Amino acid sequence: MLHTVNKSPLERNTLDSCLRLAKSGSAILLIEDGVYGALRGTGAADRIAARISDFKIYVLGPDMAARGLTGAPLVDGIEIIDYGGFVDLVAEHEAQQAWL
Amino acid sequence: MMEEDDFDPEVIKRFMFVNRRAPYGTVYALESLETVLISAAFDQDVSVVFLDDGVFQLKKGQDTTGINMKNFSPTFRALEGYDVEKLYVEKESLEARGLTEADLVVDVEVLGTDELREIMAAQDVVISA
Repeated sequence: MLHTVNKSPLERNTLDSCLRLAKSGSAILLIEDGVYGALRGTGAADRIAARISDFKIYVLGPDMAARGLTGAPLVDGIEIIDYGGFVDLVAEHEAQQAWL
Repeated sequence: MMEEDDFDPEVIKRFMFVNRRAPYGTVYALESLETVLISAAFDQDVSVVFLDDGVFQLKKGQDTTGINMKNFSPTFRALEGYDVEKLYVEKESLEARGLTEADLVVDVEVLGTDELREIMAAQDVVISA
């Protein structure tokens, strides 16, 4: 299962619910305002860092760039991908769950 | 020429609708319910999950006369008539909101996070609201 999260973890519990209910080994892609969840040093960073080894966690680069976050320090283990990488993730997984 | 992935009525897929929002502050909850009703027409394996604030959709005693919106909570009791019989509520979400099964408008299956995680992972299609 590929999970996408598109809300900031500082505003909503979307990321927390995804981390709670996604099965270990799942891929999680942070998009749109979800990209704030990838940042180091926020009030949500410890919660994602604590689960980093349970999942493969990605963040969409263009959504980071749009928010002035290119080059910002990320939680260790999160991989930045572009739209081509997003397409690859969708193709690699049989199903997708959008956490809104 | 026919495409191989054209709709095949013989193939039953597992569809799960995930509700995570309270009922009247946004239109998500009502729209999700309408989508569930539409999906029932296609004879698929449909389940509906309520977690986080989505459990408030099932709270008994909703009276919307004062806000000029349709109270759609009775519709959850009609889902059985559309062969939508798998209604799951996450136990942790219910407890975090001070609710019990007795507070809900319809019979549901209350599942712990671990059980729900397994069921979610086994779906063909997950539609969230």
